Amino acid sequence: MNFDFADQAPKLMMLLWGLVAFAVVVGGLLFVLDAVPSFFARRREAQLVAASASGAPLPRRPKQREGFFALFFLMPTVLLLLIGLVVPAIRTTLLSFMDGSSQNWVGLDNYRWMFAEDAIVRVLLNTLVWVTLVPLAATAIGLIYAVLVDKARLEAVAKSLIFMPMAISFVGAAIIWRFVYAYRGEDQEQIGLLNQIVVSLGGEPRQWLLDSPLNTLLLIVIMVWIQAGFAMVVLSAAIKSIPADIVEAARLDGVSPWQMFWQITMPSIRPALIVVVVTISIATLKVFDIVRTTTNGNYDTSVIANEMYNQAFRYGQNGQGSALAVFLFVLVVPIVIFQIRNLRQQRREG
Amino acid sequence: MAIFARPRQALAIVGAVGLALSATACGTGSSNDSGNNNADSAECAPYEKYQGHSGKKVSIYSSIREIEADRLDESWKQFEECTGISVDHEGSGEFEAQLPVRADGGNAPDIAFIPQPGLIERFAERGQIKAASADTKAMAEQNYPADWLKYSTVGGTFYGAPLGSNVKSFVWYSPKMFQEKGWTVPTTWDEMIKLSDTIADSGTKPWCAGIESGEATGWPATDWIEDVMLRTQTPEVYDQWTTHEIPFNDPRVAEALDRAGTILKNEKYVNGGFGGVRSIATTAFQEAGVPITAGKCAMHRQASFYANQWPQGTRVAEDGDVFAFYFPAIDPARGKPVLGGGEFVVAFADRPEVQAVQTYLASGEHANSRAKIGDWVSANNKLDLANVSNPIDKLSVEILQDDSSVFRFDGSDLMPAAVGQGTFWKGMVDWINGRDTATVLQGIESSWK
Repeated sequence: MNFDFADQAPKLMMLLWGLVAFAVVVGGLLFVLDAVPSFFARRREAQLVAASASGAPLPRRPKQREGFFALFFLMPTVLLLLIGLVVPAIRTTLLSFMDGSSQNWVGLDNYRWMFAEDAIVRVLLNTLVWVTLVPLAATAIGLIYAVLVDKARLEAVAKSLIFMPMAISFVGAAIIWRFVYAYRGEDQEQIGLLNQIVVSLGGEPRQWLLDSPLNTLLLIVIMVWIQAGFAMVVLSAAIKSIPADIVEAARLDGVSPWQMFWQITMPSIRPALIVVVVTISIATLKVFDIVRTTTNGNYDTSVIANEMYNQAFRYGQNGQGSALAVFLFVLVVPIVIFQIRNLRQQRREG
Repeated sequence: MAIFARPRQALAIVGAVGLALSATACGTGSSNDSGNNNADSAECAPYEKYQGHSGKKVSIYSSIREIEADRLDESWKQFEECTGISVDHEGSGEFEAQLPVRADGGNAPDIAFIPQPGLIERFAERGQIKAASADTKAMAEQNYPADWLKYSTVGGTFYGAPLGSNVKSFVWYSPKMFQEKGWTVPTTWDEMIKLSDTIADSGTKPWCAGIESGEATGWPATDWIEDVMLRTQTPEVYDQWTTHEIPFNDPRVAEALDRAGTILKNEKYVNGGFGGVRSIATTAFQEAGVPITAGKCAMHRQASFYANQWPQGTRVAEDGDVFAFYFPAIDPARGKPVLGGGEFVVAFADRPEVQAVQTYLASGEHANSRAKIGDWVSANNKLDLANVSNPIDKLSVEILQDDSSVFRFDGSDLMPAAVGQGTFWKGMVDWINGRDTATVLQGIESSWK
């Protein structure tokens, strides 16, 4: 491909415009952030100097101006939350009670459809399998790994090995694993790792991603592979922060490693454990990229987020897509409430 | 946060940038309507009826990208120079998903090339697209067969003319291999099955297929079913099927699936070069026919556009490495059923310059201008066969212009998106993966409301 600058001029021009606009907006924001507080600071300084020169009592910083300041800095966040989260959430909820073209009210039809259609029930069940297995497996693996490598030689290297998958995007990871599960005919050379292992052990190559329910489990492996590193890092940090005197006291009392784990380590890292499980659960409920990239939801592997996208954006069924979105939201809420209550409880104890 | 130590300096920088911005804005603005100076020259004569909109802009949105998009840009270059209308085409890989979002968001393009009549219907029902002007309608009626125009007509209103087309009723094969082995190109269904048996007995799997296509996985199998349906039933039954006048699990549809299954689900016949029947589900459609070049498979049913998928250096011609024959009819007495597809030029705006572009795209001038650039087929009957260079395109145009052909549009593009681009695709994937015909059809039927 030869690249002709003259031909690409309009695109380059557009790029330049983009860069300039970016510079102006970001530069402007930084300037405002820089100038406004320093303007007030300088004025206050001048007031203080004037006050000290005249010998009058120092003027007190008016309280309501601080409130104004807080509001000023909160505004962008509140505004973005409103536009980006609250309004769409309300609109989605409304749409879920309307038909595909979002013109007529249909009551609870979309929710009824969700539980009546075999294919969708299957999607809900798959999501249930995901959300049960992924947090459990990822946390367990992360925890065991964190305990095993704790204070071992080359701990940093061992940890980075399992943490590395975190750095890969879900899509990237899914593509890698699609190759692991890839299939070629018996008379061809296998390009998939798994089938190559099977073949070299004398077995026949299999179409791993076509057989339900095994394929859902194989996709779950991908998610666990990514999330175990996250669990490991957080839990490892929690283990490291267990006060040394407790560990030492336990040692002096002659605990076995097994007792140490269950009586000392587990209770001490409980808050971190909950954070990890909750975070992974929410991430799992929203899983989309892995399923889409590996099987595209075919062969009975679809999950809620994937089906929601299909319904709303590909099939033009806004109502059904919104209903799935609301359902997903309803599933996430209890987990979030649980997490908030836990945080509050900890704060009270702390 | 002292990014700028001296606020006044920062202000100066921002000011300077702003000035530069407004300067460039003037720069691009003034060079706009300079292309109209040769409007009276001889080569501009065919564009006379589109004059009077100089300096106006028309935006087009489509799923056509990369080299195909460049060729389109080139095809209307003369039109732009002569009329002064600047046509701004943008192709997107997410076209089908993005177009409704843009239309709902009040950011619709002036014109979209929509390949799914089902989607046109959706926009028409929501009142988002504009009826075609009288000029466009007259031009379309003059240049396209009525079989085509009904697909962009919703509730009696005509929304736009077809543009490019493709013929899907093709079976790709290797003329070289056929000649070496002494096989002849079949002209009836029975001959084709007999040939398949001969090839299978010789130790080669006769057919190869692949339906993996990312988010659109399954579509090549729906084409198979539609093509067979057109051959086992009359075109009228086909129309009833695509409009849901007969249920999706009608015995006549089941018959079509089962007949396609005698090839697609026959371990003796498929899947040359890839494995067993189920490997069809995971074989990318782009690669599916390639084993033909290695002699591992003899036939591959796929549309005319598959010509672009062969490995580099493969000669596509009647006496070359690969070529295609017409997917034969079961009962030749019923005429020559042709399955195909194409995109329609539909407008979201009714400004006069938009209508002028719409009319121009329906004209013979554009069809020939685009065909001359290469690799293009259209059902436009003003298209001169001499302008079509590629042999497979030539064959396609011949079939489209043949009076004995009975043309029908790709059925999955006619059905509502939830079925045609949803459960029908997915159902085919399950069907290939081993699910029985009745269960698959029942599932698709229950999703069609």
